[in-house]
Formats: sequence, C-alpha cells, structure tokens
Amino acid sequence: MAAAQLTTRASMGGSMAIDSEVLVVGGGLAAITAAISASREGADVRLVSHKASTLRQASGLIDALGYVPATEPAKPLREGPPTAGRELDRDEWPDPDGPLSDPFEAIDRLPETHPYRIVGADALREGLDLFDELAGDAYRGGHTDRNALLPTFGGSVKPTARYPAAAEAGLASDDRPALIVGFRSLTDYDARAFAGRLEAAGVPFDVAGAEVEFAEAFRADAKITRLAKALDHDEEIDGTPAREALAKAVAPHLHDVVDEEGGVDRVERVGFPAFLGDQEGEAVRAELADRLGADVFEIPMGPPSLPGLRLEDRLYDALDAEGVRFETGNPVVGIDSAADGTIEAVSVDRKGREVPYSADAFVLATGGLVGKGLDSDREGVREPAFGLHVEQPADRYEWFVDDAFGDQPYARFGVRPDERGRPLDADGAVQYENVFAAGGVVGGADVAREKSASGVSLATGLVAGRQAATEANQ
Amino acid sequence: MTRHTADDDERGESNGTGAADRTTSDVDGNGPAERPATDGGVESATGGSDSMELDPDAYDPVDVFPGGDLDLREGADSCYKCTSCDTSCPVAEVDDEFPGPKFQGPEQWRLKRKDDHDIDESIMSCSNCMRCDDACPSSVPLSQMHNEARGQFVEEQMEKLSVEYVRNRILANYRTSARLASMFPKTASFAMNFGPVRWAMEKTMGIPKERDFPEFATETFREWWKARGGAQVQNPDKRVAYFHGCYSNYNTPEVGKAMVRVYEHFGYEVMVPPQGCSGTPMFANGMLKDARRHAETNVENLVEAIGEGADVIASCTSCSMSLRQEYPELFDIHGIEDLSEHTFEALEYLRIHEDLDGELAGSSLADEQSFAYHAPCHARNQGLDRQAVETFRDVDGVNMEDVGDSCSGISGTYGWKEEKYEKSMAIGEEMFEHMEAAEGDVGMTECPTCAMQMEHGTGYEIKHPLQLLEETVVA
Repeated sequence: MAAAQLTTRASMGGSMAIDSEVLVVGGGLAAITAAISASREGADVRLVSHKASTLRQASGLIDALGYVPATEPAKPLREGPPTAGRELDRDEWPDPDGPLSDPFEAIDRLPETHPYRIVGADALREGLDLFDELAGDAYRGGHTDRNALLPTFGGSVKPTARYPAAAEAGLASDDRPALIVGFRSLTDYDARAFAGRLEAAGVPFDVAGAEVEFAEAFRADAKITRLAKALDHDEEIDGTPAREALAKAVAPHLHDVVDEEGGVDRVERVGFPAFLGDQEGEAVRAELADRLGADVFEIPMGPPSLPGLRLEDRLYDALDAEGVRFETGNPVVGIDSAADGTIEAVSVDRKGREVPYSADAFVLATGGLVGKGLDSDREGVREPAFGLHVEQPADRYEWFVDDAFGDQPYARFGVRPDERGRPLDADGAVQYENVFAAGGVVGGADVAREKSASGVSLATGLVAGRQAATEANQ
Repeated sequence: MTRHTADDDERGESNGTGAADRTTSDVDGNGPAERPATDGGVESATGGSDSMELDPDAYDPVDVFPGGDLDLREGADSCYKCTSCDTSCPVAEVDDEFPGPKFQGPEQWRLKRKDDHDIDESIMSCSNCMRCDDACPSSVPLSQMHNEARGQFVEEQMEKLSVEYVRNRILANYRTSARLASMFPKTASFAMNFGPVRWAMEKTMGIPKERDFPEFATETFREWWKARGGAQVQNPDKRVAYFHGCYSNYNTPEVGKAMVRVYEHFGYEVMVPPQGCSGTPMFANGMLKDARRHAETNVENLVEAIGEGADVIASCTSCSMSLRQEYPELFDIHGIEDLSEHTFEALEYLRIHEDLDGELAGSSLADEQSFAYHAPCHARNQGLDRQAVETFRDVDGVNMEDVGDSCSGISGTYGWKEEKYEKSMAIGEEMFEHMEAAEGDVGMTECPTCAMQMEHGTGYEIKHPLQLLEETVVA
C-alpha cells in the first residue's frame, strides 16, 4: 500500500543516486553524534540537513536529566475535553522530583517508553563521553556523574551535565560574591531582576546586579553578534578599545555587593550576558578578568545564542575531521522503499529537482515540533520526511492538558524506537529494517520539563549511529 | 467546515511532503475525513454554532485573507522571531545601523502593506547574500521579501537623477559596461584602473578607488567558442546548455573553457545559447525591471535548449541561484519553472550524474598545490558549500582547506560602493585572516565576485573548481 505508492515516485528517475553507507538526515546534536558514531564503526557517512543547524538557538548547556516530572495529576482530570484558556476547574500536577544531583540513578523512575529506558543508561554515559572528547577544553563537567547547577538568564538555576568553560565561574555552588552586569539596550535581560531572583532562589553567595553603559554606544537594537564582533576585534568605541571600554564601565560596580551584615565585599566574579566574543571568546574573557581583577563568566541566554553558535562551529569541525561528508540547504522530501521492507534511497529537493540519495542505512535526526522534524495540523501529527508512525490520541483535545506545566501529552509525541533505535509502526513492528531515529524526533521524553534534550540526543544519536553502521556492514 | 479540510490537504501537498503525508494517513487510517456541517449546512463565519460549544469540530477557523502566488502572508506568519536570521547576517555583524533581516523581511512586509508607509531606506544596505534564507528554521522567504521591498523602494522612493541611483544602475548592468569594454579590452583594462580616472570615479560616482577593476579578456568566451567551431562532441542523450553569465564571458573565459573541456571529457554535448545577465546584480540593487528584461531573454533561449534535451549548467553559483530560486519567486514568465527545475551548478551536476569520485580516484595534480577554499554564500543556499572540499579531498597533490563559513563581504556590487567599502572589508576580515592562516597561497571559489574580494584582500591568485577539475581529469 503505502510502500507501493512511494516506489513509483517518477521524479526519482534520470539521475544516478548519490551513494553512501550511512545517510544521516538532520543537522543538530543528535545527527552529529550519530554521524560520528557511525563513522567510528567504519562506515562511510554522509549528513544532509535542510537548514543551518538549530544548535544556534540552543543555550550551549548539555543537559542529561535534571528533573523527573510527575506523569499523574494530583487529582483526577476533569471529565470532558480540556478547556484551553478558560479558568474552569484546572487540573493540578505535583512538583517534579528534583533538581537531581545524579541523572543516572533517576533513569529507572522515568516512564518505560522514555528513550533513556529504551536505549539504557550506558548509552547516555557513552554519549556524554563522546561529547567530552569532541568539545575538548571548551566544556566542563566531565569529571563527575553529578549535575552542576548553573544560573540561566531568566534568573533560575538549572541542573546540567556539561557547561561551557566560559560559564564555569558562574556555578551556583560557588560561594564567592558575584556581580551580574546588564545593559539597558539588551531588553530581554535585566541584571538587577536577575540578581534578585538568584537571591530569592537561595544561592549560597551574595549577589548584586548593575546596569552599565557600554552597549549604549551601539544602535539601540544592535545585534549581539555586532557586540561580539566588536569585542573579538577590540574595535574602538568612542576612541577606547572595546574590551577596555567594557571593563571601565563595569569597574565602578565592583563594590556593589552588600552582605548580610551590611559589609561591602569586592566581588570575585562578574557575570555577563553571553556575548563576550565569538571567535576570540577566551581572549576577551581573559582580558576582562585581568582588567577587573575578578573571574569573568557568561550567563547562557535564549536565542540568538553565541554559546550555541560556538558549539555548532566546534561540532562541525569535528564532523569534518572525522571525514563525514555533509551538506546543508536542501530538504529530504520523500523515500524510495524496496519490497523487502527497507529504504533504498531518500529524495532530496535540490531547488526544484529531486535527487535520490541512496544508502545501506539511514538515521533520521530531524528534530521535534520546534525543529520541524514533526509536523502537525488539526488532523494529526506526522513525521514528514520518512512518513514514520507517530503515536497520538485520535482526538486532538487529548493532545494537551489544561495546566501549562502539567504532563502535556504533545511534549512526548514522536516516533517510538526499539532498543536498536528503529522506529516502530502502529502495531509495534519495526517499520523499516534499516532506519534508525535519534534526538527530538524520538518521542517518550518531555525534554523541556526533564531538562534532558541534549542527553536524549547524545544517547539516541550514539545508538542510532552505531546500529546504522552495523546494518550497513551486513 | 469541509472546505477547510480541503485547504489543509492542498497545503500539505505544496509543502513537498505529499508522499509522506499519504503514508501517514494510510497507516493510521485517520486521514482527512469528511465531517457533516455542524449547523444545518449553512456555514457561519466561525465555522460553528453556539449549540456546539465544546465540539472540537466547531472551532475551525476560516481563511480571512485571500491567498495567491505572490501573497507572502504565509511566509510572514511562519516567522516565530527566533532571530536566527539576524545572527547569520554578515552586515548586521559590522553595521549596527542595519536593522537586520528579521526587520527587512517579515516585519517590513507587514508595515509596507499599509499604503502610507514608506519602505525603510536601510533595505539598500542588505547585500543580498541570502544567508538568512539558509538560517531560517521556518522557511520564511526572507530574500524574496527583501528583493520585493528593495524593488519597491527603488521604483517609488529613490530619486532617479541621484548619483546613487545612476551609480547603482551602472553597477547592476555590469553586462552592458563589460560588453562595451571588451570591444577594446586592453584600453578598458588600463583606463578603468588608471589613477586619475579612479579618483574621478570615486568623487563623481561613489566607486571606491581602492578596488581594482577586473581585467577584460582579449578574447571573450563566446568569441573562443565560435572560433573553435562550437561543440566538439555531439550526443543527443547527454546535452547541457551552458549559462556562462557575464563574468566567464568577458573576464575569466578560462573558467568557461574549463567547463566545456570537462563536460566534453565526460561525453556531453555542450550548447551555448544566447543569454543575458542572470539578474543577480540587478536584484541586489532593486532594478527589477532590468532583471525582468534579461530574464525574458534567458527563459526563452534556455527553455528552448531544455526542449532539445538539455539541462542548464552555470559555473557561477549566483547565476544558478538566480535561475533556480529568484526567477520563479519574482517573475511570472512562461517556462520559468521549467528552467528552475533544470538548472544546476557545474560541479554539482557532475557529482550527481557522473562517477566523479571514481574518475578522480586515480588522478593527481602534477604540481602539488594547497588551496584556500571559500564557499560563496549563494553556494551555501544550494547545499553546495562543501562540494569542492569533498570532491578534491582524496586527489593526490591537492590539499583543499575550507577557510570557514564567513561571508567574503563583497556580495556582488555591495563592496563596489564607496559608502559600503569599509563594511565590505570588515565583513571579509575573517575570511582574509583564515586565508592567510591556511597553507595554500592559491584561493578557490565558485563565485567571481568572491574571487575578486579574495584577491583584493590577500593578493592570491584565485581559481574556480572547474579549472582544477580540468587539470586533474582532462589533462
């Protein structure tokens, strides 16, 4: 039925297929992990992704598991369809279990359909090991299984497994007094509110926020890439080199922190929004630290995220060094399946012309609802590239619950893999023998509430990549 | 209500995911179903009636705005403000007066729908590198929005007697100048780079004196093609029509010759139909009428070649970009979709249709050479930014080093404007540094204006991948 339809795609004819042993579809953390894992098993690997990697929207933190959220409401759900936007008898959910100090010991408490339960804790551990190797000295946290607690730009403290070296001096477990610097022109970030929220969260250090004049030298809505570039090149701002100008703006506030007894401490560390250089970040931080006589750290931000961009650069360099071929810019729009239940080729839309890319095994790592690896409309939720089965309630009013912070069924939508990472059809049978899924397109995890997105990508990416290589070698 | 179900289906198909859509509905058995109207067959504005308050079927919205080919509303609505486009913009990185692609695209598109709202003149600072298209996770047609806004600004708001307009028009119509210059190539090459002339050009026209005008070839590609008696291989089964563009014809015919020799080596019959400018410099300057005039010539002649079994091959990645993407986005000309579908970049086409890896496996370059390769932004948008590195990676005697993903900064005519010169060089700074750090002292790129900038910033000789392919495969 479906397979027969797909094999007759006329547009496949006419050109020779671009061939590889393993073809990875996607460009994020899961896709890169899968590609490198497959390559290390000896496979000849190619990676194709539609758009520039969404890593540039990521905070740059590598979370494994920060919380185990409740999957049952505190009281029974109200009868009948949910009532979006109406304050009628809202459902209520218990607080999640966490922040967890050890992600590994909590895996058994996750639902059975969670990707960690399916691929196992060892996959997570090996995925993190691989990440540590690829990230090298740019990342910290690999010395322990335990989570670190890091302030994020909303003012909350987040449990995370790995963090950029640039954020290291900002650890919430550090008891040295800290100054948080903000700029009026960066409207999505208020340093004083941030410091206040940290204090309210009970951090073990004294903290103050200060708004300084520096970014004011730029246009009011200058992009943070503009600020980063100015610091990278140490451009002159009104006659003063940018790094010196920034240090001078911050210096008057080094004694802003007042402790409980009313005494004034000179701060030992200063936190900035994450725009301290792009290519030259290390040099920018070192010079600021030297001028201020205090450690300097970056606070991870939402998009646009320089830590995400830096990670993207680093991982693509690793991909290149591994000998993986990759291309970005054209989407996978269909598949060509054989009678024996495998996929022979996918078709890539190269600006109007569909070109077949054949492989012995495929890894699908196209992301979730945000990354567009899953598509939805009022009729249903679909996996658009391969047409894989996505488990979902038939009535879309069962896709969500009233409480925004409750156990939203849609958050766990995605393909359901077997222990080798192969997606299953509606009857629980492997849909294609040579297709493996990784990352956000895999369902079963509520990554936003669990703080598990990167870990799921690493664990499932590792398994999918290795298994695809094994399949290709047969 | 059923009307909207039908609309939804159409949208699914046009997203290019038709096959997968069908699979899903087949497997699940819950494809679009006909539902009875909820209100006795009379459609209400909200698609429901009061008595059906909690029935999900009653909530479906209606399309309030008319659709149509040129309606970019869907694109504007797809923007969820992640600012990935702004982060990828090379101009915003050096010019904090430039509000970035998110404003120039979806935000300005909404503003300009109001009759009394002018287009912001900052649209002229967009270099049309199109990196925002590649960065957008929601497929917002940013460059299309920029091109339309720029066209409208130039048409309606720009003073037609201003130095800027005249200068931009001359730059955009490079083919016209090049055609005249190539009638007296040596004189032109000398005069265009003669100090006093350049001083005067900067003062009167705003063309920066720092830049060297490209040399004009003493024999254009088309003259060479005619002199050699046209195609040397006849093959009705393997035909390509070469879109050489202006630069390979007037300035670097060696690229065009390499294309012909390489393709003939692989047994292709090469056709060289009459052609104008691809339109790239005209889009970047908002001269859409000029671009359309040339497009009509190109579509007519290239579609004729397609009718004779040819695919269209460009050696310049901006030309292939224009024919593939900008043409169908901006113009409604009969056959323009066919042209888009049949156009490829030269190396891309060989990688798809020939066993290039096999062909290169035993080959080597006589004199060992390292190349500093820069991927043009327009190559990036076609998924071609890695092809040169990957094609030549295993060739003996060739060391191909990618100098990174920064923009060269020239973006065609952008770097040829006095007021943009410094920004152009600031954007290119990173590429220059990486080129200097790379092992090789020969540059490589597919784009002629990137090549100009690479040479200008480093003094390196710059080659096209086709030239290297000629040296390794044909020689």
